Parts: sequence; C-alpha cells; structure tokens
Amino acid sequence: MVGKIFAVVVALVTLVTAYCVITHVWWMPVDISAHGPKIDHQIEETILVAGLLFIAGQIVLASFVFLYGGARGKPKQIPGGAKPLVIFAFVLVGTEILALSFIGSKAWGAVYFAAPDPSSMPIDVQAGQFAYYFRYPGLDGKFGALHPEMINEGTQNYFGIDPEHDPDAKDDIVTAEMAIPVNQPILLTLHSKDVGHSFYVRELRVQQDFVPGLDIPIHFTATQTGRYEIVCTQLCGLGHYNMKAYLSVLSQADFDDWLKKQAAMQ
Amino acid sequence: MAETSVQAAHHAAPQGFIRKYLFSVDHKVIGIQYLTLSMVAAFVGMALSWAMRLHLAYPDFRIPLLGWLSPNGAPNGVMTPEYYLSLMTMHGTIMAFFVLTAAPFAGFGNFLLPIQVGAADMAFPRLNMTSFWVTFVGFLLAAATFFIPDGPPLSGWTAYAPLSAVGSVAGPGQGLGQTLWVFSIALFCIASLLGALNFIVTTLDLRTKGLTLSRLPLSTWAWFIDAWVSLLAFAVLLPCGLLLALDRLGGTSFFIPGGLVFNDQLQPHSGGSPLLFQHLFWFFGHPEVYIIILPAFGIVSHIFPTFIRKPLVGGWKVITFAEIAVGTLSFVVWGHHMFVSGMSPFMAMVFSVPTLFITIPSVIAVLVWVFSLYGSNLRFDTPMLYSLGFVSLFITGGIGGFFLAQPSTDSYLHATSFVVGHFHFTMGLSAIFATFAGFYYWYPKMFGRMMNEKLGKLHFWLSFVGVYCVFMTLHLTGFAGSVRRYSAFVDDFMIPLMPAQRFMTISALLLGASQFIFLFNAIWSRFKGPKAADNPWGATTLEWDTTSPPPFDNFGGRQLTVYHGPMEYHGEASVMQTSPAASVAGT
Repeated sequence: MVGKIFAVVVALVTLVTAYCVITHVWWMPVDISAHGPKIDHQIEETILVAGLLFIAGQIVLASFVFLYGGARGKPKQIPGGAKPLVIFAFVLVGTEILALSFIGSKAWGAVYFAAPDPSSMPIDVQAGQFAYYFRYPGLDGKFGALHPEMINEGTQNYFGIDPEHDPDAKDDIVTAEMAIPVNQPILLTLHSKDVGHSFYVRELRVQQDFVPGLDIPIHFTATQTGRYEIVCTQLCGLGHYNMKAYLSVLSQADFDDWLKKQAAMQ
Repeated sequence: MAETSVQAAHHAAPQGFIRKYLFSVDHKVIGIQYLTLSMVAAFVGMALSWAMRLHLAYPDFRIPLLGWLSPNGAPNGVMTPEYYLSLMTMHGTIMAFFVLTAAPFAGFGNFLLPIQVGAADMAFPRLNMTSFWVTFVGFLLAAATFFIPDGPPLSGWTAYAPLSAVGSVAGPGQGLGQTLWVFSIALFCIASLLGALNFIVTTLDLRTKGLTLSRLPLSTWAWFIDAWVSLLAFAVLLPCGLLLALDRLGGTSFFIPGGLVFNDQLQPHSGGSPLLFQHLFWFFGHPEVYIIILPAFGIVSHIFPTFIRKPLVGGWKVITFAEIAVGTLSFVVWGHHMFVSGMSPFMAMVFSVPTLFITIPSVIAVLVWVFSLYGSNLRFDTPMLYSLGFVSLFITGGIGGFFLAQPSTDSYLHATSFVVGHFHFTMGLSAIFATFAGFYYWYPKMFGRMMNEKLGKLHFWLSFVGVYCVFMTLHLTGFAGSVRRYSAFVDDFMIPLMPAQRFMTISALLLGASQFIFLFNAIWSRFKGPKAADNPWGATTLEWDTTSPPPFDNFGGRQLTVYHGPMEYHGEASVMQTSPAASVAGT
C-alpha cells in the first residue's frame, strides 16, 4: 500500500510539473532582442532533453516501487547488471551533454564571442547603491574621463566627470532612464562605483554583473519598441530589491527627440 | 597492523558528567553532539525561512517575537529590507554550514565510521573533541550576530566582496556582524579540516582484521571520499576568509579595487580584485555542495540494501567509483557560478563542459539506486521511504542543473528563483532527506530505542509533498524572471507572481510545521519508544554487531574479524560481515 501511494504521489508531482512547464503557467516574457531567440531556443532544447530525463527518472522510480513494494520472493538483479546502466549513462547522457554544449556554445558565442557591431551606439552605465545612471557621449562621440574622487550625488555628478577641464566630458549626457533606438546595435560599458550590481532586462535576455574595478562591455540590439524594466540581480545591500531603472526602446525619431531634451536638461 | 592501531586508540571510559557528556572524547558522544547542534541549527534556520516567507507573501504581517528579537530590524514585527537580507544571510549560513555540512558528515560519520570499521574510537579522539567544540564556538559567533545592535550581515552566505569587505559604509550589518560572520566561518573551516584528517586516518589505519577497502560499508566509503573533498575545499575557504578579515580589519586590499565611492567618499583602497574573491569562494563553494551530498549518497546506498534485501546493482564498485568521480570533478566546475560575473566568456565554456559531465557519474548513481529496486523485496520502513524520497528529490534537483550548467540558459535564469529551487532540491533537501533516512535508521543504535513508525511515515508524506509544493514553484516562477534575494516585490514582474508567493509561503509553513512531528518523535521515542534489538533491521554491517547503544569501546573488548562485504542480503537471509558463514549474495 505504502509503495502504491508513493508511486502515485511521484507520478502526480511529475505530471503537474510537466503540465506547468508545457502550458507556460509562469513563463518568460516576450523576447525583444536580436540574440534572444537563440537563448530561448536553447532553453526549449534543454526543457526537452532534461524534461524527458526528469519524467523517465521519476516514472521508472515510481514503477519499480509500485511493482516490488512488499514483494517477498527470491530477489534478483536486473539482467545484465550495472554494465548497461553505465553504458546508458555515458552514451545517452554523454550525447545529450555534447549536443547541449555544442548548440549552447553557439547561443552563448553569438552574444559574448562576437565583437560588437562597428556602428554600435556606446552608452556608459554607472551602478551604485541603489540606482543606475546612464551616459551618452554627446555630439563629439567621446566620453569624458572618469574621476571617482569627483563623484558627488549632491551636484548630480554621478559618474565623476570633469566638464570644466575635460573637453570630452563637456557634452556628455547623463540620465536616470535609459533610452535606445530600436534595431540599433548598442554597446554598454558597465561600471560600478561601490559594490557588485547587475544589469538584468528579462525581455532583452541580458544579465550581466557590474564588478567594481572592471569596465565590462556588453552588446545587444533591441528589436521592439516599448518600456522595460532594468533590475539589479546581484545582492548589493539593503535597497537591492528596489534598485531598478527603465529602458525605453524608441523609434529613431523619438530617440533623437528624447536625447535632445536630455541634453538640454544637463 | 590494523590490530595494533585499534589497541593504540583504546582508552578508558570516563566517569564524571563533564568528561562523559560534555567534553567527551568518545566519538559516539561527539557524533550525537554534532547531530544535536545541527538539529538546533536546523530549527533556527527554518524559523528564519518562515519569517522570510511570511514577509514576502504578507508584507504587512506582524511576525510574533521578531519585533522583540530585533526592535531595529523588525519594528513592531514587520521587518525592514535590510533585516530581511540579514535573516536570509543567516538562513543560508546556518543551513549550509551548521546543518548540511555538519549533520550527514560530522554527525553520522563520527558516530558510525569508527564502529563500521571495527575500531574503538577515531584515530585522534582529542582532535575530534576539538573539532566539535570549535564548530560550536563558530555557531555561537554566528548566533551572536542576532544580538548585536547592528544585527547580522546582509551580504548572503556567499559574502561577495567588496560588499562584505569594506565595512559598515556598505550598510547595516556590514560592520561587527560581518566580522563575527567571517570568524565564525574561519572556525568552521578549522574544525572541518581537523575532522577530515581524522576521518581519513581512521578509515585508512583503524580498519579491523579482514576489512579490506572492498568490504567497507558504502556509508564509510562516502565519508572517506567526502573527507578528502573537505580537506581540499576548506583549505581554500580558510585563507579566503582570513584575507577577507584582513581587508576588513587590517587595511589590506585583497578583494577591494581602487576608486570605490560610498556616500561620495573615496575609499582608501587600491588594487584588489572582487573576482578573486568569487574564484576563491566558489573553488570551495562548489565542492561544498558535494561535501554536503556525498554523505547523503553514502547513507542512502548503505540503507538501500537493507530494505531491498539484496546488494546494489554493480556491487560496491559502481556506486563508489561514481562518488569518486563526482568528488574529483567537483573541483573543476566552480566557474559555473560566475557565468555572468564578468569572468572571460571563454572561461564560461571551459567550466560549462565539466559541469555537464559531472552529470554522468550522478546519473550512474541514480540508475544504481533506481534499478536496484528491480526484482527486490522492497520494504517501506521510514528510513527506506526517506531514501526513496531522496532519490526523487535528487533527480528533480539534478534536472535543474542542465539549465544552469550552460552559460546561455544561465544568463537568463541566473539569480532568479529557479536557482533557489534548484539548489534546495539538489543539495538542500536531498541531503536533509538522507539525514532523516539516517536518523530513523540509526536512531535505535544511537539510543537503544525505536522511533514511532506511524509518526515517521506521516512526517515523510507531509515533508515530501511540501518540498515539491515550495521548491518546484520556485523553479517555475524563476522562468518568469522572479529575482531572488528581494525583500519585497515592487517591480512590474514580481507583483503578478504574488499568488504563487502566497502558495509557497503557506506550503512552507506546513512543511515546517510537520518537522515538529519529527522533533516530537525523536524526543518521545528516546524515553518511551520500544526497546531496540541489537540489529532491528536485519542488517549486516559492524554497527549492528554490537549492543544498542554500543558500549564505550564499541564492541566490549572483542577483536572483530570481517569475512564479507557489506551487502550480503538475499531476501530474508543475510550474513553479518563478521560471520564466518558462507556468502549468500556472492559478493
């Protein structure tokens, strides 16, 4: 009896889980990036491969418990012993692993091994407890140098730039929201002024940590206009849960207007 | 040679209360001390998770006693965001170190390893006592953080630098609380290193006559392998902790780069590397999850043959070599925690492949357990139910690993609740289930009384279903992008997930409440349980070849000779390892 209950409970848990995954009860938001489909595809491949193993593992476990619970005959081993099991593990799981690694490395490489498009628009991001700031290079296309000792929230010098003495910094545009033109390759450079943070936009399928002391580049292209959340996913202190900013993906014309307004407000 | 070593380790039974129960050098007392400490730690850790879950699902709920414990952290019982992170940090620290590392390895290992090898005690009994008391002081330091004005640290159990390194400028709890935390962990490392040495030497040198490595019980094998992994992993965490302490107290900059600004003030550090901390931490941290799970493998592999009444398929070799492979590979996979950390993306591929390959020995272990059930005389005593539950949870947990082992899929799921669900299944609750299996199995040997079977089974069913309700839901909400380590859900994504949050909280409360059935059973049976026979399960290994509980020197002065492997089962028939009778199972 106990064995039959165990088998039924395991089978139920397996079915409910499979149902939730297959019907997307909770699921990824729509993808808005050029590289995202590859990642989504890889997640689906993995669901297929790992899901089959999950269902097979649980159901075989449940079946044996169901069949042999309370048996009192002469015990016997599975025909062939452990050899077929070991071969199965090496061949089947090994093949799945190689396949996932191979296809997965393409999805990863498409984002991280490829050089950013030469026409990419550079944007600097500064993260600090518990806000993000964004910097556009202005008309000269050059960012002013960073001087951490000049960072001052009171004077809104979030990046520590020196517009008085640094011609490159004069027309830098610093904003609290991020906007980008749709279908325009973007090259972000992530800096942190204090502790580790992260840049996570679910729809962009981008998650990248900020590491203090490092300038970390990441590039992507957004393919749909809209307003999306940027949230911090690296534990950074008491305000971690509330560290966020918005990303607006705009048409080129709207973006140009937006940037002009931001420039006027500097 | 083994015989003389047994003689050398022999010492007289102490008489006074303090030497007998408190500062005892008896490995059995030390094992029970470890288990007791773990149980206290587990209930503390669970209470913390209750408080966190309540706060997440019902942010305005006033949690009884919390306001009293910390008037600053939880005014009127409603916790502040920083106090939430403090509770989370301490939940992870207490559970990972003082429960999951301590109970299945140090707890059961201390009590049983010397008996299973036929020795009178550990090789170094005084060192063994030192290990426990150093662990205990480590636990007190961790617990003390709740009672200092600033509260416990909030940097998570991983304590990433520079958040953990720069001191109180980084936020509440990052002053004295984080310092106490570092020393607590350093002490735990020292205790674990001493314990690992003791386990290794005892297994190699104190085995009784005839107990070759191929006749070693599978639990002893797992503790032995685990001790090696511990020795190498804690040897890295200890210096990592000491370097962190120096950054905090000695003005060094091992993990703190130049140019950091807090409150518009430039910090006086330069040249350190936060990624170095992550590498050192995870070089320990990933083997750590195997340090937690390998004893679970051993306990379950040891219990299985008793209740299926036949040897595991593949004998001792297949499961043991799988464990050795897991232990070895565990040292080359740590970078999979750092795919999005800013580490070279090429290194991500280097770490991804062994991470996927470690699945193979894990799958072999699962196949051994599952296919050993074929053709068995399966019995459902509570230890076996928990062992079966372990297999189910471990399969589920392992499956999540496929998603997190690949950098491309991890880049979406990293830092979501999917990860939290994954590690709770794979090493958290799997190890807890194996610990329960071991507890129900060895309780009669430890205390001379049987635990109540009905309560044991009730405890199993509630725990098993509860675990799936809480932690499978965490996996699923992770797909939706639910971020972990948030003290409140204020963003557009998280708010629609609130019904799922409430479901998990209610499930977690019930899951936690059902652990009191276990607590009651453990305490009540100690005094009122039926007297246990020497060998109540019809098992074969040496711990069942002595009284329940065993005498001070384990075998009453008998010098044992072993003739068989540990899995001589053939249906009802079984042969003790010490029996000169013929083999029944052919191993």
